[in-house]
Amino acid sequence: MKKAGIIMIIGSLLLLGLFKFPLWNIMLGAPQYPDPLGMDIYIQGIQGVEEFDIQNIDGLNHYIGMKTIPKVEDMWEFEVFPIVIGIMVALGVIIGLLGFLGKLSYKWFLGWFLVMSILGIMGMYDFNLWLIDYGTDLDPKAIMKLENPDGTPMTYKPPLLGYQKMLNFDVDSWPGAGAYMIFVGMMLTVVAFFVGKKEYNKIEK
Amino acid sequence: MKKTINILVSLVMVAGLVSCNNGDNKKQSKGQGGLATNAAEKVYVAPGEHDDYYAFFSGGYSGNLTVYGLPSGRMFKEIPVFSQFPTSGYGYSEETLPMFNTSFGFVPWDDSHHPDISQTNGKLDGRWIFINGNNTPRIARIDLETFETVEIIELPNSAGNHSSSFITENTEYVVAGTRFSVPVPQRDMPIKDYKGNFKGALSFVSVDQETGRMGIKFQLMMPGFNYDLSHPGRDKSHGWFFFTTYNTEEANTLMEVNSSQNDKDFIAAVNWKVIEEYVNNGGGTKMPANYAHNVYDHNTHMATSTMEKEVLTVDPTKVPGAVFFLPTPKSPHGCDVDPTGEYIIGNGKLSADLTVHSFTKMIDAIENKKFDGEAYGIPILKFEDVLAGTVKQPGLGPLHTEFDGKGNAYTTFFISSEVVKWKLGTWEVLDRQPVFYSVGHGMIPGGNSREPFGKYFVAMNKITKDRYLPTGPELEHSAQLFDISGDKMELLLDFPTHGEPHYAAGIAADILKKNAKQFYKLSENTNPYATLSEADARVERKGNEVHIYMTTIRSHFTPDNIEGVKVGDKVFFHITNHEQDFDVPHGFAMIGANNAELLIMPGQTKTLVWEPKQVGVWPFYCTDFCSALHQEMQGYVRVSPANSNMELSWSLGED
Repeated sequence: MKKAGIIMIIGSLLLLGLFKFPLWNIMLGAPQYPDPLGMDIYIQGIQGVEEFDIQNIDGLNHYIGMKTIPKVEDMWEFEVFPIVIGIMVALGVIIGLLGFLGKLSYKWFLGWFLVMSILGIMGMYDFNLWLIDYGTDLDPKAIMKLENPDGTPMTYKPPLLGYQKMLNFDVDSWPGAGAYMIFVGMMLTVVAFFVGKKEYNKIEK
Repeated sequence: MKKTINILVSLVMVAGLVSCNNGDNKKQSKGQGGLATNAAEKVYVAPGEHDDYYAFFSGGYSGNLTVYGLPSGRMFKEIPVFSQFPTSGYGYSEETLPMFNTSFGFVPWDDSHHPDISQTNGKLDGRWIFINGNNTPRIARIDLETFETVEIIELPNSAGNHSSSFITENTEYVVAGTRFSVPVPQRDMPIKDYKGNFKGALSFVSVDQETGRMGIKFQLMMPGFNYDLSHPGRDKSHGWFFFTTYNTEEANTLMEVNSSQNDKDFIAAVNWKVIEEYVNNGGGTKMPANYAHNVYDHNTHMATSTMEKEVLTVDPTKVPGAVFFLPTPKSPHGCDVDPTGEYIIGNGKLSADLTVHSFTKMIDAIENKKFDGEAYGIPILKFEDVLAGTVKQPGLGPLHTEFDGKGNAYTTFFISSEVVKWKLGTWEVLDRQPVFYSVGHGMIPGGNSREPFGKYFVAMNKITKDRYLPTGPELEHSAQLFDISGDKMELLLDFPTHGEPHYAAGIAADILKKNAKQFYKLSENTNPYATLSEADARVERKGNEVHIYMTTIRSHFTPDNIEGVKVGDKVFFHITNHEQDFDVPHGFAMIGANNAELLIMPGQTKTLVWEPKQVGVWPFYCTDFCSALHQEMQGYVRVSPANSNMELSWSLGED
């Protein structure tokens, strides 16, 4: 199960990319913003694509009463996510190593993948909850209180994935390099599972 | 008698007819030019697209510098330099007042003439642009990242800094020559004793290559002629500087006649490298002086003014091989050196011919000591020995010549109102185009360097008349853009220019636009009166001075309610713009302020003084449409009687 173990280790190590690359990216373009404003969402916090983008997004959002974009200390997620990812990487490497040494069943690889998937879905769910809160929990003294055509108050939740027109802004929300690295990493752990299964079957035969 | 009158009348009528016809022809040729050649397409810069060149036009009597795009002829900015500019508060804000300091005190205006862009190895590098103040002799340096004036140095012993501000090909020196010779040092003496007693100072101002900081290296004390224009040698003639002179007669009255008597005036050839060496070895005489050196800092956002008390002067007769006179016909104006450095063109403005001197021949004549006498101890070279050639009868009133880098020269003719293209070396006239009307200087982007961008020529016309919709007696000047990429010049565009451009400097847009700053970082703001966070906004009293430390961000002032100010106070609004985004200035205007408004760029601090004279509650507001809530960006200052006990208080957002 040497090959499978190595693939498992590589796959889980790819998650480390999250410490360097953004998980998600939201870009806001408008006629008067030919260079769109943008935020990169990392597991450790949110940063502007350009140095002052966060300040400028907050500046715009104050018109419609949105809260300022959370700083690291404002959200428990930025403390917990890095720990969770760190643990998962460590677990993945250990499982891969034990698999490599043949001391562990290949099924553990799939197990890791399932745990990671659940955590990922929980993360996305949490992220979406934050987006909803951020886009709908508006200051009652907001400068501009806009309504939808049906009379309900307009909210400003950015899309979780994809494009949306919000007032004068074109909002694009897409996974960042970090997300692609998790995706590839997690796929590799599935590959590791199948390779491990194949290797195991060979030995059995 | 009656017959004579009849003849006269018919002559006048014929003249009228002829001129009418001429007019029609001109108008036709204008129209056809455009239609036949798609001139419109050549100058059309589609919405959102950029021009290929920046062009910096001197403002003349506006004292400033305007920035245009070529080929569109659109104006992008007026850079205030030597004139107070209430639009931004330049010269009114406390931070910029020192920029106008001189030995004459506060001088709020000047006459700006000849911009020149910094060079490295004879190529435009786009670090800075320099421009001279003609009236109260000064040179300014403008930063080409911020497009703001960052330094002004006054020139002592000078009057009418006209042959300026041309630079050597590595920006070693920016040069200033006095147009009016004056007594040095200044003293009470009869004007008629001018001859032999006045001096003409040629100042060599060194430029620090890192900071751009200017300093007068030396002043060459020349005979009391009028030094009109100048140009550096380049490439092979690098190390020399050439100055045209007029009034070698040294007349002091009715100059238009009395200074036009000599058949030839001079081009003064100055070997500055020799003088530099002389000075570096301790040569020259230090003399007491008094001149201002004003520097603006982009971190403190403040200018400081220092009075310099001494200047190093050099007597040209004491430095062998330093200065020679090249006889040049009839009060030459422009003094232009071609990109190879070989040809020195004297544009004798009262001559029908153009005189071209040869640098090689000049060196040869100097080496072989072929002198034709001397003037005040300075050797005069023989005209024939230095002459490279003459462009015969190219037009009337040649003023200035530019080069395209392809062996052609373009000379402007004021009197015959035309631009003439001719060939260097063969001196043949290749093309001529009328201009509307009476062109002064011309400009080819990079035409002042070793490598001109020989695509366009801009004629800066002195007379506008009917070129635009009439606007009463006072008109903007008119520039005309020619495409010079072909054999013949092609008129593409008329565009109005602000003030009176005496010269311009152009540069490929790509060199500058990538460096253009978008805003100042608040974190780098070291202004002592800056308010770096809203929490620090406050009001302090020091005797009758009230200092208001205020911030702006879309769309409110902090604080916006201020009480405790009294009649007779001197109120300082120190305003820091907290925006950190491109193109979000805030303005500040106070009712009854006796100075101007402030236009504060993101990250900047500016200070306006207001002396309230009446009890009441007085508003201030933002003048720049900063956001949808710009109109709400306003506040009040309560002014109590002088003897009131009202304590200072300030707030924002409290009910």
